[in-house]
Amino acid sequence: MATVAGTLAHQANTGVWSWITTVDHKRIGVLYGVTAFTFFCWGGVQALIIRTQLAVPYGNVVDAGTYNGLFTMHALTMIFLAIMPLGASFFNFLTPLMIGARDVAFPRLNALSYWTFLAGGLVLSSSFLFGQPPRGGWFNYAPLSSTQYAPDLGIDFYVVGLLTLGVSSLMAALNFAVTILNLRAPGLTMMRLPVFIWMTLIISFLLILALPPLTVALIQLLFDRQFGTHFFNAAEGGDPILWQHLFWVFGHPEVYILILPAMGIVSEVLPVFSRKPLFGYPAIVFSGIAIAFLGWAVWSHHMFTTGMGAVPRTIFAANTMIIGIPTGIKIFNWLGTMYGGSIRFNVSMSYAVSFIALFTIGGISGVMHASPPVDTQHQDTYFVVAHLHYVLVGGAMTGIFSGIYYWFPKMTGRFLDEKLGMVQFWLWFIGVNMTFFPMHYLGLIGMPRRIYTYDPGLNFEFWNMFETIGSFVLAASVLAFLWNFFTTMRKEPTAPNNPWGAPTLEWATTSPPPEHDFDVIPTVRARDPLWYDRDHGIEAPQPTGEHIHLPPPSYYPILIATGILLLTVAPLTHLAMTVLAVPIIVYGIWGWALEPTE
Amino acid sequence: MTATGRQGETVHVTRKSRAFARRWLPLCSLVFLVALLTGCQLDTAQSTTVIAGTHNAEVWNSYRVIFWLAGLVFVVVMLLTLWISIRFRERPGVSAQQIHGNTKLEVLWTLIPVAIVVVMAVPTITSIQREAQGPPADAIKVIAIGHQWWFEFQYPDLKINTANELHIPVNKPIAFEIRSNDVIHSFWVPQLAGKIDMMPGHVNSIWFAGTVARPEPYLGQCAELCGLSHANMRFRVFVDTPEDFNSWAQKVKSATPAPSDSLARQGQEVFQRSACIGCHTIQGTTAAGIVGPNLTLLGQRTTIASGTIPNTADNLFRWINNSAAIKPGSLMPPMGQSAGGALSDDEIRAVSAYLLSLK
Repeated sequence: MATVAGTLAHQANTGVWSWITTVDHKRIGVLYGVTAFTFFCWGGVQALIIRTQLAVPYGNVVDAGTYNGLFTMHALTMIFLAIMPLGASFFNFLTPLMIGARDVAFPRLNALSYWTFLAGGLVLSSSFLFGQPPRGGWFNYAPLSSTQYAPDLGIDFYVVGLLTLGVSSLMAALNFAVTILNLRAPGLTMMRLPVFIWMTLIISFLLILALPPLTVALIQLLFDRQFGTHFFNAAEGGDPILWQHLFWVFGHPEVYILILPAMGIVSEVLPVFSRKPLFGYPAIVFSGIAIAFLGWAVWSHHMFTTGMGAVPRTIFAANTMIIGIPTGIKIFNWLGTMYGGSIRFNVSMSYAVSFIALFTIGGISGVMHASPPVDTQHQDTYFVVAHLHYVLVGGAMTGIFSGIYYWFPKMTGRFLDEKLGMVQFWLWFIGVNMTFFPMHYLGLIGMPRRIYTYDPGLNFEFWNMFETIGSFVLAASVLAFLWNFFTTMRKEPTAPNNPWGAPTLEWATTSPPPEHDFDVIPTVRARDPLWYDRDHGIEAPQPTGEHIHLPPPSYYPILIATGILLLTVAPLTHLAMTVLAVPIIVYGIWGWALEPTE
Repeated sequence: MTATGRQGETVHVTRKSRAFARRWLPLCSLVFLVALLTGCQLDTAQSTTVIAGTHNAEVWNSYRVIFWLAGLVFVVVMLLTLWISIRFRERPGVSAQQIHGNTKLEVLWTLIPVAIVVVMAVPTITSIQREAQGPPADAIKVIAIGHQWWFEFQYPDLKINTANELHIPVNKPIAFEIRSNDVIHSFWVPQLAGKIDMMPGHVNSIWFAGTVARPEPYLGQCAELCGLSHANMRFRVFVDTPEDFNSWAQKVKSATPAPSDSLARQGQEVFQRSACIGCHTIQGTTAAGIVGPNLTLLGQRTTIASGTIPNTADNLFRWINNSAAIKPGSLMPPMGQSAGGALSDDEIRAVSAYLLSLK
């Protein structure tokens, strides 16, 4: 390929520099995945310390301040640095492949999303290195977040970390929305899109709409802390409730941003290993849209105990209960997909089926505290901790593991070991239930959340110890996965194009796919294109040998991300840092704009 | 379809795991059942399932319906998943039925959640409506104020101000005015009522009557993260018989008795000349600070440090000497010389004796 002056050459595909300058969606997907899984392990270590502290009454593994920092950072790490980017990893790797495209719409923007995510993640996580983690919970309610009650840098790390991650997510979301709407292969109409791609599209719109209110709230908090404004200070005419509304207008759609990728994954896995098409495809798609739409009208169910009036409580309760309807439809349709099938229980399928069971538990408890009177007893107890972990661990992470085992041969050309995978699956399934099921009971008998210590004699002892043991079973499962991953990566790639006999386009190309994804852009004739082609004897088209244009690598994304990183450091050190940061960003955008694309 | 080799291996694995499950499942279930029966007692000290107040009774009007419905959905979905998983696992010679959907079925399982939601909504909404009517006219007014990290209770009509231990007469509605002095806290006595947040800049309200009088207190605890010692912010509610309540109220309102023994007298003298009076009030003395808890009749209270430790001379000594060692972040400065304060051990012992004598 010709190299034009001012463009980086397409170099050998190895070496650190090739990863730093890559704009290939598959490599960015790998970067997201590896980074996010590293953060996932780090969040898991935090969880283990939390569980060890709570194993016995009056635990003294850590002190109160460290504990508050741990549970705050555990939530932030798992939500923003592990589960969201693990979803992003799948979006990146799979979206162009599943819609028959050669890359995303804006490849350099995609690289910038990743590097900005890394910058935000590092800034947020580094708070521990300076001994000043945020301690106000991931929801960070005012006025506990003010300089009066949180004088150290913890909340500033929170503000700049989340602002940066928000910028990253917003860029990624715009990119995927544009990609899915514009770059679909010929014949791939919207109602033929794989459900995973539908979920990606829905999540992209959720992110585009949910991040602005969070950004507004974060900027207000930044102003309160840096410039002495009083947005959330009741004593000066501000209002701490304002933070709660802005945060949860983001925070509740965020829940769907976390769970919809997993729903998309199992909607791909279940039909393949049941050997039959998805049951009620339109119902599953429209339920996903309905969930996302209703997700905007329920945020105040996080605030039932703040003293809202009877009318808002009634409306938000009703809306929340209504979300149970499309969710129920999805669960029944997944079961309908399995019904009448010839189900092969490999690791990926075992995870997908256990997703249905575990997510259902989280869904049921969610509908339970949709009732405001009941919520006055659930709110801020371990019942809610049980609920959210069934959704995020039993739901999102279980779905993600299903996806990892399913797409691993496509991503690397190698099969993860099934035997070890089964051991890992059972450790995971048992660990999730051991750790989180007793939390329902503990919440029911009055154990509040976010307490670093509890008294003996309240019957909290036995199940807390039990849960702590469960959390180590979960840790063993993750270790088994890591072992599986590293041993598998040392093997030779053996995977054929379509080892599972799957119907979607990513299985039409080699495993792993070439840099240009498809030799010939496929044509889609039905909802399950590869099954249709197989059943109708349609051969894959032959490569024509025409020139395939690919975007050249670029170092401008990481340069701009470096500028953003310096910008985030400003509120933590001195605002003069902006003088250093802004020129780098401006130079990066300038160079980006003028960079030739051939 | 490709990769039949992999397929063979998978079948082998599942057969093995099935044998594994046969061996271990009964044992695991037995252990789990035993644990369940011994570990899941419901009538525990802080349990939301014990109904001893009108508000919690109202909660359980909805909760009972929702609990059993949730249980039913849980059982049905789990059994269905399990049955389909076993019934339709791959077998030689049986291939999958190629079904794309079934409109009748899909309409049916749209209507099932609709019905469930409606059944849940009815008691919920009636309950919200009943609560919106507010407290009965004869309710006793109590102002509850959250502080980092203790609870202040004022009875404006009875002119009583106390902290961390609330007394209420049985079967008498109490109308609470809920406030906060600093950050958000939450007022929660699980057996009596659901929680209500204490918001700075807002006045919230909740009302309930305790329906079961007993000498042991009902346990309350702050339920909203409020800083370092959130876990140590607790309180107790005594639901008294009307006679007990009246005698308690009379006692609190009447002048504090002068200490009888010499140690307590010495303690009073130390208290009056130390920093204590800047923050604490003891009715009938010159101590009139309002930053810390009101200490009137402290000797009557069963606990100190906002419900976290028993009210004994030793604990009082430890608390006054260095409160942050008991409650991290405590805003009361260390008073003992060993912890950087101004009082000697003997003086603290005297103050403790004085406070305990306030009965």
